[in-house]
Amino acid sequence: MHRTRILDHAVLILGALFLTLPVVVAFMTSTHEAAAIHSTGLMLSPGGHLVETYETVLTRKGGFTGQVTGARMMMNSFILGIGFAVGKIALSMLAAYAIVYFRFRFATLAFWVIFTTLLLPLEVRIMPSYEVMSSLGLINSYTGLIVPLLASATGTFYFRQFFKSVPEELLEAARIDGAGPFKFFIDVLVPLSKTMIAAIFIIMFVYGWNQYLWPMLMTTDERFFTLMRGIKQILQVWIGSQIPDYNEAFALAVLAMLPPVLMVVLFQSWFIKGLTESDK
Amino acid sequence: MKRVQFSSPLLPYLFLAPQLAVIVIFFYWPSVRAIQSSFYLEDPFGFGSTFVGFDNYLGVLLSPEYLSIARFTALFTALVTFFSLALGLLLAVKADAVIRGNAAYKTLLISVYAIAPPVAGLIGMMFFDQHIGPFVKIAAFFGWEMKVGLSYFDTAFAMIFVAVWKQIPYNFIFFLSGLQALPASVREAAAIDCRSGIKRFWTVIFPLLAPTAFFLLIINVTYALFDTFGVIDVMVKDKAANNPITLVYKVYMDGFRGNDIGGSSAQSVILMIVVFVLTVLQFRFIERRIHYT
Repeated sequence: MHRTRILDHAVLILGALFLTLPVVVAFMTSTHEAAAIHSTGLMLSPGGHLVETYETVLTRKGGFTGQVTGARMMMNSFILGIGFAVGKIALSMLAAYAIVYFRFRFATLAFWVIFTTLLLPLEVRIMPSYEVMSSLGLINSYTGLIVPLLASATGTFYFRQFFKSVPEELLEAARIDGAGPFKFFIDVLVPLSKTMIAAIFIIMFVYGWNQYLWPMLMTTDERFFTLMRGIKQILQVWIGSQIPDYNEAFALAVLAMLPPVLMVVLFQSWFIKGLTESDK
Repeated sequence: MKRVQFSSPLLPYLFLAPQLAVIVIFFYWPSVRAIQSSFYLEDPFGFGSTFVGFDNYLGVLLSPEYLSIARFTALFTALVTFFSLALGLLLAVKADAVIRGNAAYKTLLISVYAIAPPVAGLIGMMFFDQHIGPFVKIAAFFGWEMKVGLSYFDTAFAMIFVAVWKQIPYNFIFFLSGLQALPASVREAAAIDCRSGIKRFWTVIFPLLAPTAFFLLIINVTYALFDTFGVIDVMVKDKAANNPITLVYKVYMDGFRGNDIGGSSAQSVILMIVVFVLTVLQFRFIERRIHYT
């Protein structure tokens, strides 16, 4: 018994090292100078250039037009992440409310129209989506960045499952007390869904923040670049340079992963609950 | 559905309107366009298009390049799915067995979940870098001269490695919560009947986890097919020529780089069919799970 315990810990420690060490190394290396990294390789100990590297990455105006800074890209990532999460929660809560709590003629049709979207990820319809966006004139706008991503049923599916698990008696009692659809939604259902909303916010924020392909196609104007788009940019500059700015690339990577990772680690229990309970 | 429901002539449509509007404009319209343009040969300069029937599909399916990319995609998907599921399960079983320090391990093991595929790709690039990459040095120690980005095999290895690394936490979360949902009585009974831990796992615990495993199987296949786009794009750095790419990357390359709109659309439709089959499988399975629990 005793020996298996040690083996369990050994496997877990190895696994934890395998998963987290690259992230630690990325951070440590970003605090050294590019030349030092070039000659000695990746670092496991902190260097003395943390402040200046991150200051450069956040404030230096880069890109072809010399307009975009790391801070600007970070702001855009936040706009995309938060905008997407809020939009998703609003749209899908309303839609799920209609589907679960109302008797109406085309309920089944509406259900299928929405749930078919689960069938096709954005990646497979990327080309025509781009054409539609350009004919609507939405390229290089926050609307174009956020709204098309909302066209999927995941959120509606989560809320539908959750609303179905809410006890019947609540609606009966509310109706006896004379509550209409609006009052019931705002005074009963929204407060009940708080944990669910928090969990979905975290999942959706991470999803929005981490979008790569869509922002890459939708934004040619550097003012709308997100951090993910910036990573693509830094790699393109890279090719052909003598000593690549390893430190700055790592700093950008750290900035790009910090907010979602913090969110998941800090709100772990909500996040796990939302993730594992919603797709039953 | 609920026994008691509101009935109102207008409200449900009002509540559904925003969601439906977004879906019709940004989902159905592009999807129909994709199917439509897969039957046309479009002039790359925008001077009209001609109906060509199934030519685009034949062109795609008969091209040796497409078939070799399809083969690589299948292999890539199989390996990524297998390794990320196996390692996720192993860690979940160990974390479930350990009581002291359980929370700390859990936090460490799930922290990587939120890292975006392109960021994972970028970090992977550094670890496999010619000059500074520790993995290249380790490989060199064993006499393997690793050239990621130049050698087809080495790039494929690095891509699979990074894609697995990023997906382990997701599988870990689901397996662990699956394990912790198992009734204690079942485990105790199993422990009394069967002394060998390994045998007990495969004959009692694993069959009980099968629903979770099947659900994850589909999710992981979808992940390997589509969500790895960022990893691949960062690691091949736009030089797809000698490097391994997957089918989704090919859709992107042909559509946006090659301006072959008909061919790219035909590939989209082929992928749509693949996803459709996968999702139908998943739905049937989810329905069944709800039914029995």
